[in-house]
Amino acid sequence: MPALVVATLFTIGPLAIIIMFSFLSRPPEGGGIEYEFTLAAYVNFLFQSDFLGNTLFDPRYLRVFGLSFLQALITTIVCLVLAFPIALWIATRPEKLQNMLVLLITIPFWTNLLVRTYAWMLILNDNGIVNSGAQALGLPKMDLLYTPLASQLGLIYTFLPFMVLPIYASLARFDFRLAEAAYDLGARKTTVIKRIILPLATPGILSGILLVFMPAFGSFVQPVLLGGGKVLLAGNLIAAQFGDARNWPFGAALSVIILIMLMIALIGIAWYSRKSGKKVEISL
Amino acid sequence: MRARVLAKQKALMTTPIPTISGFDRIDPADSPSRELVIAGARKTFITPEKTHVNAIDNVSFTIKQGEFFVMLGPSGCGKTTLLRSIAGLDTLDGGEIYLGDRRIDLLGPHERPVNTVFQSYALFPHLTIAENIAFGLEMERRPKHEVAKRVTEMLELVQLSEMANRKPDQLSGGQQQRVALARALAKQPEVLLLDEPLAALDLKLRRGMQSELKRLQRTTGITFVFVTHDQEEALSMGDRIAVFNHGRVEQIGTPEEIYEKPVSRFVADFIGETNFVTTPARRTGAGVTERLEVTLPGGDPITLPKVVPAPDGTVTLAIRPERLSLSPGGVRLATGRIVKLVYMGTDLRCTVALADGAELAVRVPPPFHDDIRPDAEVSLYADAAALRPLVPELQTAT
Repeated sequence: MPALVVATLFTIGPLAIIIMFSFLSRPPEGGGIEYEFTLAAYVNFLFQSDFLGNTLFDPRYLRVFGLSFLQALITTIVCLVLAFPIALWIATRPEKLQNMLVLLITIPFWTNLLVRTYAWMLILNDNGIVNSGAQALGLPKMDLLYTPLASQLGLIYTFLPFMVLPIYASLARFDFRLAEAAYDLGARKTTVIKRIILPLATPGILSGILLVFMPAFGSFVQPVLLGGGKVLLAGNLIAAQFGDARNWPFGAALSVIILIMLMIALIGIAWYSRKSGKKVEISL
Repeated sequence: MRARVLAKQKALMTTPIPTISGFDRIDPADSPSRELVIAGARKTFITPEKTHVNAIDNVSFTIKQGEFFVMLGPSGCGKTTLLRSIAGLDTLDGGEIYLGDRRIDLLGPHERPVNTVFQSYALFPHLTIAENIAFGLEMERRPKHEVAKRVTEMLELVQLSEMANRKPDQLSGGQQQRVALARALAKQPEVLLLDEPLAALDLKLRRGMQSELKRLQRTTGITFVFVTHDQEEALSMGDRIAVFNHGRVEQIGTPEEIYEKPVSRFVADFIGETNFVTTPARRTGAGVTERLEVTLPGGDPITLPKVVPAPDGTVTLAIRPERLSLSPGGVRLATGRIVKLVYMGTDLRCTVALADGAELAVRVPPPFHDDIRPDAEVSLYADAAALRPLVPELQTAT
C-alpha cells in the first residue's frame, strides 16, 4: 500500500496536475492558476481573439509545433542512419567486447545533460576547438554556436544512445546463423541486411524512433543553449509559458497536446506489435 | 529467333533429372565431371588457451557426382568446419576445393552452386514457408511465375503444400526440417550440404527423415554431403563414409568396408562395438608368403588374414562381438570363463574373461542354452577372416 502511494505520487501525480491545470483559468495577473473550468488554453492553441473580440485562426503555435516536428524528424532520421550501423557492428563483436561497447555508449549518461551541452558550446563557440582548428589551418572563422545547425547537432548527440541501445538490444538477440543461411542461398551483404536483419530488428528500430522522436520534439536545452533560443520550439514555448509568459494553463495544455501525440504513437506501435506478433519494448 | 533455337537445343542437351522440372542449371558441356574435390585442406584454430588446434589437418578426398557422402566423427573432429568451408561460410587456411574443374574455395558463399541444410534449420522467422523457399530463387532474380512454380513443386516434394502460408514457428521440428531441405533444394545446387540435420529430431522422426532424405537424393541426383556423429545413421544412409578424427580422415569407404575392415583402432571403436585383444605374434615365412600367427589363451594357433608390422612382437586384433560364437565353427580362438551375461531380447550379451585377464564381448543369438551361465567355462569360435589385425602406427595416432 505505501508502495502504491509512492508510485502514484511519482508517476501519475504530476501528470494529473498538468492535465488539471490545462482545463483551469489563468489569474488576471502573475503566474499560477484559478480554479475555474475553461477550455481557453486549448482554444488558444489554434485561435486568437483580436481587439474586436473576433476569434481568428492563428497558425503561430502550429508553426512552432511544425518546426519542432521537423527538428525532431531530422534528429530521428540522422540518429537512425548513424545508430543502425553502430548497433550492428557492436552486435557482431565477441560478447565481452559487446558489453564494453554498450558501456561506452552509456558513458554520456553519467554526466549531466547541461554539462555536456556546455561542452558543446565550448567546442562550437567563436574561439572554440573547431574554430581554432580552422584558423590554424588558415580557414576563416565560422559562426557555429547559436545556429539551428548547432541545435540540431546537440539533439543528435544527445539522443543517439537512445537509438543505439534498443536497436542493439534487438540485434543482440538476432540469430546470425540466419544471415549465414541467407548468404548460403545466394544473398549479398546488402540483401541480407535489407531482407533479413532489418525486418527482424524492426521492433528495436521502432522503440528507438519513439525514444528519440518524442523527447527531441519537446527538447529545450539544446535549442536554447546551442541554438541561442532564436527559433521558438515546442520545448521553449512550454518553458516560456511557465516562466516569462506566466500562462500556466496554456503551458499545461501544450504539454497535454504533446502527451496525446505520444499516446497515439504508442497505440499505433501496440497495434503493429499485435498484428506482426513482434514484441516492441519501449524501454532501454 | 536463331538464338532461341540454340537456347532450346542447349536445354535439351542437359541432364534430365526425374520428377522435379528445370534441373538444368548445370550444362554438362561446361563441366564434364562434377566431382567435389578437396585437396590438402587445412585449417587451424587458436583456442582461448592460445594453443593451435588443427581443425582440419591436410585432408584430401574426392566426392563423386550424385553420391550420398557421409562425414562421420565425434564432435570437434573437423567435419562441420570442412562442411562450412565447402559452403563458403568458413575459409580454409590452406588447400583447394574444386567442383568439377572449377575452383570454388575462393568464391563467396553466394557464388557457389552449393547449398546447406543447417542443424538449426535457420528458417527466416519473419517469412512464411513459401517465402522461405522462394528466398534463394529470388536472389537469382528469376521471373516471378517461375519462382512460384518452383515453390509449389518443392512444397509438394516435401509434402507441405498446406503449410505454404504459415510461419516457421507454427511448424513442428520435423516439418521445419523439411522446409529447410526444400529451401536448399529449390536452388538446385550441384552439391547439398547437410550439417547434422536430424540431430534435433526424436528417434522415430529421425528414422522417417533418413529414408526421406535417401529418396530425395535419388530423385534429384544431387550430390549430398552429410555430416553426422551418429554411426548408425552413417552406416544406413551413406554410399560412402569418411571417418574423421582430430581433423584427419581416418578411413574412407563403403559402410561395409568401414564396418568390416576398419583400418584403425579409432574407426573400429567408433563404428559399432569391437573387442580389442593384444597378443604376442609369430612371424612365419618371408616376402609374399609372410604370415602372422597368434595363439590366444586356450585357443588354437591362428594365421591372420593380413600381415601388419609388429615392432614389439605383439599385434592388436579387432573382433566384432557378433562374429564370435560359443558353438563350434571356424577356428577355436580362445577358452575362458563367462563373467557377465546380459539378456537383450534379440540376443544374449556375454562377457568372457580369458586366462590372461583379457575380456571379450560375445553376442549369442537364440536359442539360448542352459549351459550358458555365469562362471561356465566356454570356448570361443570365430572365422579367421573376422580377425582384423590393426596397423600399430595408426593405433598410436588415435
